[in-house]
Amino acid sequence: MHPAYSVILFTTASGAGYGLLFWIGLAEAFGAMPGGRWIGFAMLTVALALITVGLLASTLHLGHPERALGAFSQWRSSWLSREAVAAVVTYIPAGLLWLVWLAGVDSGATPALGVAAAAGAGVTVYCTGMIYAALRTIRQWHRPVVPVIYLALASGTGALLLGLMMALAGFAVVWTLFAALVSLTAAGLLKLSYWQQNDGDPGRYTAEMATGLGHLGTVRPLDPPHSMPNFVMREMGFSVARKHALTLRRTVLICLFGGPLGLIVLSMFTPYDAGFMAIAVLAAGIGVITERWLFFAEAEHVSMLYYGAARA
Amino acid sequence: MTSLPQPSDVKLGLVIDLDICVGCQACATSCKEWNTGGYSAPLSDHDPYGADPSGAWLNRIHAYEVTTDTASKTVHFPRSCLHCEKPDCVTVCPTGASYKRAEDGIVLVNPDTCIGCKLCSWACPYGAREYDHDDGVMKKCTLCVDRIYNETIPEEDRVPACVKACPTGARAFGDLGDPDSAVSRNVAARDGFNLLDEFGYEPVNKYLPPRFNSVTPDQVLPAPSEPVPASNGSAIENLFAWVDRALSAKG
Amino acid sequence: MSQSEPKVALNDPVGDEMKQTTCYMCACRCGINVHLRDGKVRYIEGNRDHPVNKGVLCGKGSAGIMQHYSPARLTAPMKRVGPRGSGQFEKISWDEALEIAGGWLGEVRKRDPKKLAFFTGRDQSQSLTGLWAMQFGTPNFAAHGGFCSVNMAAGGLYTFGGAFWEFGDPDWDRTKYFILFGVAEDHASNPIKIGIGKLKNRGAKVVSVNPVRTGYNAVADEWVGIRPGTDGLFVGALIHELFRTRQIDLDYLIRYTNAPWLVIDDPGAADDGLFARDGDGNPYVWDTTTDRLGNGASVAPSPALSGTRTLPDGRKARPVFELMAERYLGTEYAPETVAAQTGVPAEQVRRLAAEIAHVAFKEEIVLDQPWTDWAGRRHEKMIGRPVSMHAMRGISAHSNGFQTCRMIHILQILLGTIDCPGGFRYKPPYPKQTPPNLLPHGALQDIKPEMPLGGPHLGFPHGPHHLLLDGDGNPSRLDKGFSWDAPMSAHGLMHMVINNAAKKDPYGIDVLFMYMANMAWNSSMNVGGTLDALTATDESGEYVIPKIIYSDAYYSETVPFADLILPDTTYLERYDCISLLDRPISEPDMVADSIRHPVVQPDRDVRGFQEVLIDLGARLKFPAFCNADGSPKFPGGYADYIVNHQRKPGIGPLAGWRGPDGDQVGVGAPNPEQLDRYIENGAFFGHHIAPEHAYFKHANRGYLDWAIERGIRLSPDPTVFQLYCEPVQRFRLAAQGHGDRCPPERARDRILRAFDPLPMWYPPFEGTMIDETAFPLHAITQRPMHMYHSWGSQNAWLRQITAENRLYIHRDLGESAGVADDDWVWLSSHLGRVKCQVRLMDGVNRDTVWTWNAIGKRRGAWGLDDDAPESNRGFLLNHLISELLPKGGGGYRYSNSDPITGQAAWFDLRVAIAKADGAGATEPFFEPLGTGGQAPSPTRLAYGTDFRRPAR
Ligand SMILES: Nc1nc2c(c(=O)[nH]1)N[C@H]1C(S)=C(S)[C@@H](COP(=O)(O)OP(=O)(O)OC[C@H]3O[C@@H](n4cnc5c(=O)[nH]c(N)nc54)[C@H](O)[C@@H]3O)O[C@H]1N2
Ligand SMILES: Nc1nc2c(c(=O)[nH]1)N[C@H]1C(S)=C(S)[C@@H](COP(=O)(O)OP(=O)(O)OC[C@H]3O[C@@H](n4cnc5c(=O)[nH]c(N)nc54)[C@H](O)[C@@H]3O)O[C@H]1N2
Ligand code: SF4
Ligand code: SF4
Ligand code: SF4
Ligand code: SF4
Ligand code: SF4
Ligand SMILES: [Mo]
Repeated sequence: MHPAYSVILFTTASGAGYGLLFWIGLAEAFGAMPGGRWIGFAMLTVALALITVGLLASTLHLGHPERALGAFSQWRSSWLSREAVAAVVTYIPAGLLWLVWLAGVDSGATPALGVAAAAGAGVTVYCTGMIYAALRTIRQWHRPVVPVIYLALASGTGALLLGLMMALAGFAVVWTLFAALVSLTAAGLLKLSYWQQNDGDPGRYTAEMATGLGHLGTVRPLDPPHSMPNFVMREMGFSVARKHALTLRRTVLICLFGGPLGLIVLSMFTPYDAGFMAIAVLAAGIGVITERWLFFAEAEHVSMLYYGAARA
Repeated sequence: MTSLPQPSDVKLGLVIDLDICVGCQACATSCKEWNTGGYSAPLSDHDPYGADPSGAWLNRIHAYEVTTDTASKTVHFPRSCLHCEKPDCVTVCPTGASYKRAEDGIVLVNPDTCIGCKLCSWACPYGAREYDHDDGVMKKCTLCVDRIYNETIPEEDRVPACVKACPTGARAFGDLGDPDSAVSRNVAARDGFNLLDEFGYEPVNKYLPPRFNSVTPDQVLPAPSEPVPASNGSAIENLFAWVDRALSAKG
Repeated sequence: MSQSEPKVALNDPVGDEMKQTTCYMCACRCGINVHLRDGKVRYIEGNRDHPVNKGVLCGKGSAGIMQHYSPARLTAPMKRVGPRGSGQFEKISWDEALEIAGGWLGEVRKRDPKKLAFFTGRDQSQSLTGLWAMQFGTPNFAAHGGFCSVNMAAGGLYTFGGAFWEFGDPDWDRTKYFILFGVAEDHASNPIKIGIGKLKNRGAKVVSVNPVRTGYNAVADEWVGIRPGTDGLFVGALIHELFRTRQIDLDYLIRYTNAPWLVIDDPGAADDGLFARDGDGNPYVWDTTTDRLGNGASVAPSPALSGTRTLPDGRKARPVFELMAERYLGTEYAPETVAAQTGVPAEQVRRLAAEIAHVAFKEEIVLDQPWTDWAGRRHEKMIGRPVSMHAMRGISAHSNGFQTCRMIHILQILLGTIDCPGGFRYKPPYPKQTPPNLLPHGALQDIKPEMPLGGPHLGFPHGPHHLLLDGDGNPSRLDKGFSWDAPMSAHGLMHMVINNAAKKDPYGIDVLFMYMANMAWNSSMNVGGTLDALTATDESGEYVIPKIIYSDAYYSETVPFADLILPDTTYLERYDCISLLDRPISEPDMVADSIRHPVVQPDRDVRGFQEVLIDLGARLKFPAFCNADGSPKFPGGYADYIVNHQRKPGIGPLAGWRGPDGDQVGVGAPNPEQLDRYIENGAFFGHHIAPEHAYFKHANRGYLDWAIERGIRLSPDPTVFQLYCEPVQRFRLAAQGHGDRCPPERARDRILRAFDPLPMWYPPFEGTMIDETAFPLHAITQRPMHMYHSWGSQNAWLRQITAENRLYIHRDLGESAGVADDDWVWLSSHLGRVKCQVRLMDGVNRDTVWTWNAIGKRRGAWGLDDDAPESNRGFLLNHLISELLPKGGGGYRYSNSDPITGQAAWFDLRVAIAKADGAGATEPFFEPLGTGGQAPSPTRLAYGTDFRRPAR
């Protein structure tokens, strides 16, 4: 599948934003938020900014962003619509929380808002994951583990950000680091298993099934319909060389998982060093973007059976 | 809207005969021509006179070679939307722009509400949806919905543009929900099949299989029909003897 | 279901106006309905009532909108201001253009008319262009048939007065067994497709004989992947089997052919091999009822088919049938003998022969349709032998194509399948007489300043006495047509014109006038050499071809090489006439012709070429284009001409609605309302043939009489099939030194070898003159069904389908040459080499490589960007095809053509393949042409935006 930068930016930025929101919400709910309201306010601002930038980026790849309102209508069947609804709904508690903190009104509602925002964040990311996981046309995506990875990565990258910001603000909040450690470790393990699943799955469908010509022999394309690639070939036919993919997987393992995990541990033993955390966030940023790029690039679409793929 | 309607009794669709299709592209260009000014207007083209010409087409013709160890065949293979009975291309659509008509099963995109998110094209295993970069909306075979019911067109021409154009008659249009329709009967008689049946979208469009060639049709006997009488003259002498006999028998 | 479906506009009218005319995206000439909205073309569909396409349309025709609105359209007359090929032009007015053209042409006509060469390409108005050239008085006129398919036309006409393509069709509705030789697309584009669809639906067997298995050949039930140039052996072997197994329609042979005619057997005599004739010129046969010589032209009750007979002068003579049997029963045509050369196993040949014979004789069709033959004998039934064949350029574009084509017809005749139910059917005005009685004109002695030619340029010589030679026996025509190089070149040799003119061989010219032929690119052999010829200069720096006038509608590769451009209209903007006098659109059951008329008005300063010719004819005071007082005879232009020109009294370009009341068919006075009638009827005229005249037209009394009445036939005599072709033998006798017109020494062997009155096979020339081990492969082209030569690439829709071409090679060859899909290779011939990319396939003869024709483009032409795939990865085989054969004995270089008809031997090409390093672009590389001041092409298109329905 063609890795569209707007979609990569959307899923990674808003993923991290929702992860951050998730942890902030939980922290508020459990009163685990250190510092005064301005700290919470600042971090929530960052979370909402990431979410908003991501959502805006996602509209970039729409042909008619001005009609985007319509996307809220089909929540009954469409994960994309559900995601849109969830994203908007999540803004309500998150926005209220933000306002409360901004206004400084002391309200007993913040823990509830926190829980709601965290839940909203989780649901939204789950919907994002399900957009992909629901597609039967792409076996690499059509796996139960996919939304879980989305959740784990959102959680991990969000927690990393949270940890960095805490460190920057001078707080030593161990649980954020543990949250990051646990989520990233989980995400890493899931991702490894995801790759393993995909590598071991040659695809159920064949060119012979796609053309219905299997009873006559092996099907090989002679001429494509048009000389130059068309939309479907560009969109679904994008592929990455195996060697290249392996290098990129290694990059993901190092930047998104190994590196940050090590840095987190380091930062735990040095007095919660913001420097290590900054490097970890940076590395994870590169890592998650690479991960997302690969998520698309390694995905094979069944329609390519018509364009020369032997299996999908 | 995006949820699928109750399956309709009428299931309009195409039947494509792979035994006859010669790959002439008539259906592809006439589809482009009709639809660029019809329901889907326009079907834009990019770099039309340059290095990378491409555009939105609703029907495309592939050519395959199918081989076994001993035999091989070329098959021309038109491919457009199959108007599936249970397609996710409809259910994934966030706006409801993608829908299946309750009345006849035609799968359409509403060009006025589509936001161009492309998700439906990801959900189509057949690669049958084409995003129009210029127009910003998804395009797909409309089964020429603006022809087939069109009372301003003579009745016999109320068929899809591709069917009307196809010079070999490899394409037929009709109600596949009606087992007695001409198309259904032909599908039954010729072992018509679904593309990628295993996928489960239950396409309405059907394909008729190519016959595997280099076999002798039943009506033709491979042996010389008249045994050549043995004789000891040269081939020419024998021939002339036969000619003489044959002519005097008639004379 | 929570929401309601959007309302879809189901009843939007297609357009606000619909006009019917005739397509011209190719020469098939289908009827089209052009729907217009706000004056723009909205949709083009097939006309259901039209005899040619019956409502369907092909891939090209359906893309007509993009052809009509092409950015490569020329916009105004132009005169060249830079050097040839630079593409530097100045736009001028029509007045100036016509004055220049009139001046140049008038000068030539006054001094030496032969110094004009007027050649027309993909043209459908030869009855006008031919008349114009006759009126001018130059011998140098032809259309493109010499490089196209004259072998098919001549091979058929000399044999049975018809031919494949527009002269006839398989009986699609009745045939049970169909063999297709060497066809990828053909002129009858839609009719063949309709026909193949019918056959497949009926379960009739379709056999394809073709080195490549794509398109029609892919849907065939059996594919014979023959080696190029060897069909003569394959067909010979089928005939061998028919003779061997005695499955021949003897009655048919006796009734309709010259099989019983006696051939003089007197080696060394001046009339050896000619028919023995009585004092009145009637051929002798041996009548077995009387045991005496009889008259073959009358109803011989029972002529002998074998046996040496003695003529009144004591010499011996033998019937044609016996000679034939000897030839084809010989071991050279035994299936085992030909297997290695053709690549077709003997088994398969034998089985095919058996199948064919079985269908012909055991599955005959009997129609309860009485008819009367030419001799007045009534037949209660029409007996059909439902085997039919069709062949085209795979046969004709070889230097042995004339003989191979004749052999296929002989196969049909032996089976008795010509114009019978289920067989091959003539389309009126065919059949003609055999040999055709139209003779060529234009011997140099007859060329006089300001004097029209005495007759049409092109015809069918019956022997050396009809050649167009000067006093020394040299060619009269610039293309050397009707000379010893190509004695029976019924369509001329357009492919030789430019190169001969540049070499002044046989003489130089002053003006080259061309129409609708892309001679500076894909329609020339040896493109580089042709470009050199177009730009060659003499010692004084003047162009050797001093003046070039060209009419094109688009900015093709040829436009930049002309000095004066006469921009044509598109097919939707002009009048045209598809006439029975030329290449009509008749069907076997129907005489038909048609017109084009302007359905949209040009938005540029362009004029229909025919208008321009008529205008020039009047300016030059041609008798046929002027009244006695010198005023133009057709002030209303081409439309006026179409209606009012009379070839003979009562016979004009169109056959329909003639006579003052418009009720006469074929013959009648001009009818001023004729065009209106055509337009009302969908731009065509069709007249059905009575069922009793529908078959056996060559010998059907009723049909023959009817055809004479309608002005489409000259002779009431039947057309007798010429299994044995006497005119060919006359040339051979001349080569043996008989008669007063003999070929030069260098030509004798060649003529003795190729001019056999009974069809035979000889190896295509190129392969015999080069080192076959150095060039082991055959290279051929095929037409893509959706592209018409070079026209298609300017079409924004069609070029998306094919914007570049690959060299297709067999998988095994790929393996042995070490190349994989998309690798670049060098393909070389004795002339040069081309760099291209390969694609591997199974469905191709192992010794053959092929590519799509005319996809490669030169940078600068057709409104395409310089980085268009067509010119960077697309390539032409034409760079490898020499217009001349290698030097043979004596050092003379013949045209790379059939020695009999002069048909260009495109498919004789022999090549070698070698892997090229790296990627890159195609070669040879030609500098981009200048753009001739054409406006840049748009970078995006959204045609139809205007037609979008309002959002609701
Ligand atoms: N290698 C190889 N070469 C071949 C062949 C092959 O099989 N292999 N085939 C040969 C054969 S059979 C043929 S017939 C030739 C065909 O070759 P051409 O006859 O040269 O055909 P085109 O390339 O289409 O060129 C026709 C020209 O007519 C112009 N034209 C189009 N429409 C109009 C119009 O309405 N008015 C005017 N005035 N001009 C118009 C086009 O712009 C173009 O420049 O190619 C030959 N060349
Ligand atoms: N779409 C489209 N239609 C056209 C044209 C076009 O350019 N495009 N051009 C028109 C013109 S001008 C012409 S002349 C006709 C020509 O129409 P066709 O006769 O169909 O011409 P080609 O496409 O050259 O096809 C030649 C076929 O012969 C095969 N062949 C080559 N050598 C041999 C051989 O030795 N033996 C046998 N048995 N087969 C062989 C080739 O593989 C190919 O399939 O088409 C006309 N129609
Ligand atoms: S073919 Fe594709 S676009 Fe058409 S209905 Fe089926 S899934 Fe949807
Ligand atoms: S591209 Fe349009 S039709 Fe397709 S899913 Fe998106 S909104 Fe629906
Ligand atoms: S039915 Fe209409 S839209 Fe669909 S492929 Fe045919 S012409 Fe195109
Ligand atoms: S028009 Fe008919 S024959 Fe031609 S490609 Fe389409 S389906 Fe095949
Ligand atoms: S075959 Fe196609 S291009 Fe040729 S005249 Fe007919 S519709 Fe037009
Ligand atoms: Mo041609």
